[in-house]
Amino acid sequence: MNASMSDMIDVQHIVFRYPDSEDDEGNPVKSEPILKDVTLRVQRGSFTAVLGHNGSGKSTLAKHINAILLPEEGRVLVDGLDTADEANLFAVRQKAGMVFQNPDNQIVATIVEEDVAFAPENLGVPPEEIRRRVDDALRAVHMYEYRSHAPSQLSGGQKQRVAIAGVIAMQPDCIVLDEPTAMLDPQGRQEVLETIHRLNREQGITIVLITHDMEEAAQADRVVVIDDGRIVLDDTPEKVFSRVEEMKALGLDVPQVTELIWELRQAGFEVPSEIITEDGCVGVLEALLRNTASGPDPDHR
Amino acid sequence: MLKDITLGQYFPVESLLHRMDPRFKIVFTMLFIVMLFAGNSYLTLVIGAVFVLMAQLLSHIPLKMSWKSVKPILPVLVFTAVLNLLFIDSGDTLWEWRFLKITQGGITTSIFMICRILLLIVGSSLLTYTTSPILLTDAIESLLSPLKRIRFPVHEMAMMMSIALRFIPTLLEETDKIMSAQKARGASLDSGGLMQRVRALIPILIPLFISAFRRAEELATAMECRCYRGGEGRTRLRSLKAQPRDYAGLAVCLAFAAVSITVNILR
Repeated sequence: MNASMSDMIDVQHIVFRYPDSEDDEGNPVKSEPILKDVTLRVQRGSFTAVLGHNGSGKSTLAKHINAILLPEEGRVLVDGLDTADEANLFAVRQKAGMVFQNPDNQIVATIVEEDVAFAPENLGVPPEEIRRRVDDALRAVHMYEYRSHAPSQLSGGQKQRVAIAGVIAMQPDCIVLDEPTAMLDPQGRQEVLETIHRLNREQGITIVLITHDMEEAAQADRVVVIDDGRIVLDDTPEKVFSRVEEMKALGLDVPQVTELIWELRQAGFEVPSEIITEDGCVGVLEALLRNTASGPDPDHR
Repeated sequence: MLKDITLGQYFPVESLLHRMDPRFKIVFTMLFIVMLFAGNSYLTLVIGAVFVLMAQLLSHIPLKMSWKSVKPILPVLVFTAVLNLLFIDSGDTLWEWRFLKITQGGITTSIFMICRILLLIVGSSLLTYTTSPILLTDAIESLLSPLKRIRFPVHEMAMMMSIALRFIPTLLEETDKIMSAQKARGASLDSGGLMQRVRALIPILIPLFISAFRRAEELATAMECRCYRGGEGRTRLRSLKAQPRDYAGLAVCLAFAAVSITVNILR
């Protein structure tokens, strides 16, 4: 098996632009490419966050992973299957499930379990097997008790978990989530994040989380920063977020913890730069305060 | 509030009628309607009434609910009764004033009509009380499936119906929000004459339509992502399967219809 086969997702030098528009006189206007030579490999079982501000091309990239959009140049392989090949279409979509921002606009049925059954029904799975998959998927997102509710009776976070269950029922290897928490309240956001982390940990599902929330990205194994259709940073969250100036120059924030550490470093304190968790930060601050208290009085330094 | 609009009027309790195959329930309802309209004597009405009473008892639907379904059509009922009363001219004249005349025949006919309409409403609302909208849609899809042979898009129609059902609460909520937003900007929605009120709806309908189209597009993408490719090769989580009780019910219905027809002929 060659290297590209073992990757879950292999994006090779893709370029994408939306179809040309017309100006007021009807002359075609060549549109700017949204994605300009993007190359990205995502390992099986990993948790990758894709960061970028609005219009950076991150959603467009997500839509390439399950063949909603096809690249103008380059190619995208999902588990070794080329998304541009018509014959692979449903296999690709089954392998790489997609969850969108607005849960209301992706729930099809009037009852939770019917909605979760939608994808396996489309795949022609036999009824007994559908029943088993639906129950498993609903348990995996902790929504089994709500199986006979109407989606309109659920909170935003619950609806989004149902949407995730709807994707899990296809038994995908990978789930791409396009800003799944953007429309949720803090509690719903927490529920959804816990769910996708659990799926990644316990079922080994590869997660690609498109987000503009730094705290969410900080919890990933890897952070890919995309700006103006190009990948500009690609590393562990610790490494990416320690480059505070670069992030700020890209118009992105860093997690509050990182910001605090950076400010401390700017002020001349000796603290390690690669801190992204609150616990880590507490440890650093504790050590810092103890040293300051027991050490020489700062006024006489 | 807009939210109070109940959709379909499914009343979820446990009963024999609830458990029955929705396809059979639709057939029962149709048989019942035919029976009611083919009947032309009080005796057929009595048979219909016995049938409705039996169904009502089997459904565990409280009588209060049936009254709820009758209430909105009371004006129609009164209107029909008055028309029949005043304009049917047969039998002894009981009262007369200029061109208006109340006759024996008029009285009997209007009572007959009232009873027939009441039975019709109470009986057919049992169908929607005991069957969830989604099962009803499935049943319609299944009953119409022979039409697939003449290329009638049965699956697509059923899918549209169930998506419409799914989005009604969402769009109602949205309408509520838009109305509040427009009111906050000083729109007066419930004052002025008829024309003014109709015109006041435009700033509500336009945003609603735009958002509905946007939702439709997103939903279509989400459906594609979940491998939707039409009805071909699609399986169902819950496939409708007729049970012995459904055939028993059908037998009872047919018996009622037979008695009703016999009564009609013998008269």
